[in-house]
Amino acid sequence: MTAPLVAMRGISKRFGPVQAVGGVDLTLNEGDILGLLGENGAGKTSLMNVLFGTYAADEGSIEVGGKAATIRSSGDALALGIGMVHQHFELVPRHTVLDNLLVGGAGASADRGARSGRLWRRSVTERLAEIGRDFHIELDPGAFVGDLSIGEQQRVEIAKSLVRGARILVLDEPTATLTPREADGLFRALRAMTARGMGVIFISHKLGEVIDVTTRITVMRHGRVVAERPNDGGLSKAELARLMCGRDLVPPERPPVTVGAPLLVLDRVSTGGAGGLKNVSLTLRQGEIVGIAGVSGNGQRELADVVAGVLAPSAGTISANGELVPNPNPRAMQAHRIGRVPEDRMTTGMIGALPLGESMVLPWIGSPPFSRGGIIDRAAIRRFASEQIARFDIRTSGPDARTGTLSGGNLQKALLAREIARDPAILLAAQPTRGIDVGATEFIHGQFLALRARGGTVLLISEDLEELFALSDRIAVMYGGRILADLPAGEASIERVGLLMAGVEEKAA
Amino acid sequence: MTRLRLERRLETPAALQVALPVVAVLAALLICGLLVALSGTNVLDAYELLFLSTFQTSDDLLDTLVKASPLLFTGLAVAVAFRAKFWNIGAEGQLMFGACAAAFIGERQFLPAFSLVPLMILGAAAAGAFAAVIPALLKVRLKVDDVVTTLLLNSIILYGVMALLEGPWKDPKSGYPNSPVIRPDAEYPILAGYSLHLGVLLSLIAAIAVWWVMRRTTLGFSIRAVGENASASRYAGIPVGRVILIAALISGALAGLAGAGEIAGVRFRVTSDLSSGYGYAGIVVATLAELNPLGVIPAALFFAILFNGAGTMARTTGVPIYLADVIQGVALLSMVSLRLFAAYRFRLVRHA
Repeated sequence: MTAPLVAMRGISKRFGPVQAVGGVDLTLNEGDILGLLGENGAGKTSLMNVLFGTYAADEGSIEVGGKAATIRSSGDALALGIGMVHQHFELVPRHTVLDNLLVGGAGASADRGARSGRLWRRSVTERLAEIGRDFHIELDPGAFVGDLSIGEQQRVEIAKSLVRGARILVLDEPTATLTPREADGLFRALRAMTARGMGVIFISHKLGEVIDVTTRITVMRHGRVVAERPNDGGLSKAELARLMCGRDLVPPERPPVTVGAPLLVLDRVSTGGAGGLKNVSLTLRQGEIVGIAGVSGNGQRELADVVAGVLAPSAGTISANGELVPNPNPRAMQAHRIGRVPEDRMTTGMIGALPLGESMVLPWIGSPPFSRGGIIDRAAIRRFASEQIARFDIRTSGPDARTGTLSGGNLQKALLAREIARDPAILLAAQPTRGIDVGATEFIHGQFLALRARGGTVLLISEDLEELFALSDRIAVMYGGRILADLPAGEASIERVGLLMAGVEEKAA
Repeated sequence: MTRLRLERRLETPAALQVALPVVAVLAALLICGLLVALSGTNVLDAYELLFLSTFQTSDDLLDTLVKASPLLFTGLAVAVAFRAKFWNIGAEGQLMFGACAAAFIGERQFLPAFSLVPLMILGAAAAGAFAAVIPALLKVRLKVDDVVTTLLLNSIILYGVMALLEGPWKDPKSGYPNSPVIRPDAEYPILAGYSLHLGVLLSLIAAIAVWWVMRRTTLGFSIRAVGENASASRYAGIPVGRVILIAALISGALAGLAGAGEIAGVRFRVTSDLSSGYGYAGIVVATLAELNPLGVIPAALFFAILFNGAGTMARTTGVPIYLADVIQGVALLSMVSLRLFAAYRFRLVRHA
């Protein structure tokens, strides 16, 4: 039997008081697609960062191909044939695909002599063509990365590792921003790689695709491996979820609710610019969750910004609770009882450097009880934050903790707590569970359904189709800044929505 | 094999925040000690004169407080502006503009005597605020880089004033390019000794007031929020542009008050060397104070001691007076470098 591609033994990593990884063993064999599961903060990413040389482990050893390895930097990792595709791509948008591959001297290590100029470019181009054939990763070397779709950019990232001769590929949440078709393409490529003796470590929160794609599954919780199973058909989503959270998850129930008066009406709204909204009309009524599906970059961000009041429409009108909003801005939207959860928790939602309590009253600081006559009541801020922390079960040391120290899921809960606290009638939620573990996701979904049951409405913008289908009463699909279709949940199938997401318009029946 | 690694800290310990400026200053003194040694003087003798001459007599002490007052004002001016990420390098020019306003009001014969001091204070604050709000408007409305505009405005103001002092505003009774002396009624009252004027007290009150505003008011909250994350602030409904303008107005007004103190309490007329770098020193003061308005007080005192002591040291030992400027510069660089320790932790890592 050949030595495993990677054997990590007894890996421990501590950040201050937090034991991120505690004595973890992990083996990756040739031909394996290893699914690495776990809630946020379970230690998956830390473990992979140790493998990729971003962090040094406090304890433990790593063997690559049966030989003890010292990995001190990503350069070491790449030299050992370990490639990593991060959630956020590390590409230069203004460079061509080929230039992005050349950054860092890809393919030069094998043949130093070819490093100079044209020969090198030609050898990498040939290598890219080979990779395209072998792994179904076709790429035009001359295309500018900025012009590529997210799925294509991901292929560039993968090609970057493959060109350097990676035998081991780590993918962190690779399908979070892909269309179903693009995801299928990715899975095909991964299978082609493992067929040629490579190994893949696949980190994902989407249990369905993990069961579909992987050959083995390792589940982490609180920095330890709690389960290791071969994926031989006997695994269910419910079982995996239980292993991840240590408890059973209840799928969201969507009891029938009477749909009432329109709460948020967008009437032929357009925003300027090439990527802007074009004539978007949308009505959200009491007791409705309306999902917006679409590949990222098709106007969802602009739609969210318009509803949030940070992007003024160039044409069209917005009405909330039956009143026209004459001059949409963040304050006006708040005044019309629109709660707003932005896509970027850290950059537009909260302020990392401030104490959590202050981040949680950011929109409300100018009104009682948090301030009177311009003078802040610090005790009131503390009290409010403490209440919300308890109510939403936000894991933090308290209202004085720096906002930036919270994990993604807890940050999102805090943001949602802030926006729900003032009893909104309308809730805008953009990518509310992206990168968030199943436990926190379940909680957040519960909050949406509770608002729906109270006669409110939720505008749910998400790239996670599973989420959209589980929650939405209606699903609208965006493409190129327009709403291509607005379907009742009963009439929306994954196939139909998937086609619309790709821009295939339906002919009127 | 053992190596040093940097790891990001989640939180900066409070003790470290106090220790950093102290270490920065000590590091600066250590490095500058080499320069003193090069000039052939005993380092300890020189430093003794530099720091202890200030404490010889009570008048020396009061002189130090007088010297600290403009540094306190400009340090506060920079601290407020930097909190909002309005990079105000223009306290020097704002101080000069405020001083001109104060001097101009102070020599008006038609004004009633009792109104002179209040009007000078208000006029200087308004003039300083005006000089700061121009680059702030350019930044907010047209996205013009504030470092460049505030810095260059210093030269425009300084040379503009010098042109006035050589021409229309020149005191006919003086051979130098000075403005006429202000009326005796326009001088700040002396509170103690021969030199401790009202401006010193005002600067101390200003420090406490700025601290209170930054910490306890929605305005201060907004300034901090905008500085830390403008896009989140905008999203939450804070009028980001207006907050930056207000921070600039406060900053400029504080720098203008430094100018008023120099006119009404020290020089009594505008001279071309009126500021001697208080505006730029304010940047160092605010940085050492980590932009904390109360921390500005000890930082301003330290540099006042340094500047006053440098004269005595130079006269007695032959170490050039410019050593004080070098220490100031090195302290700034040390502090900025030491910030690394606030954000990161160093760890020794042993590799197999």
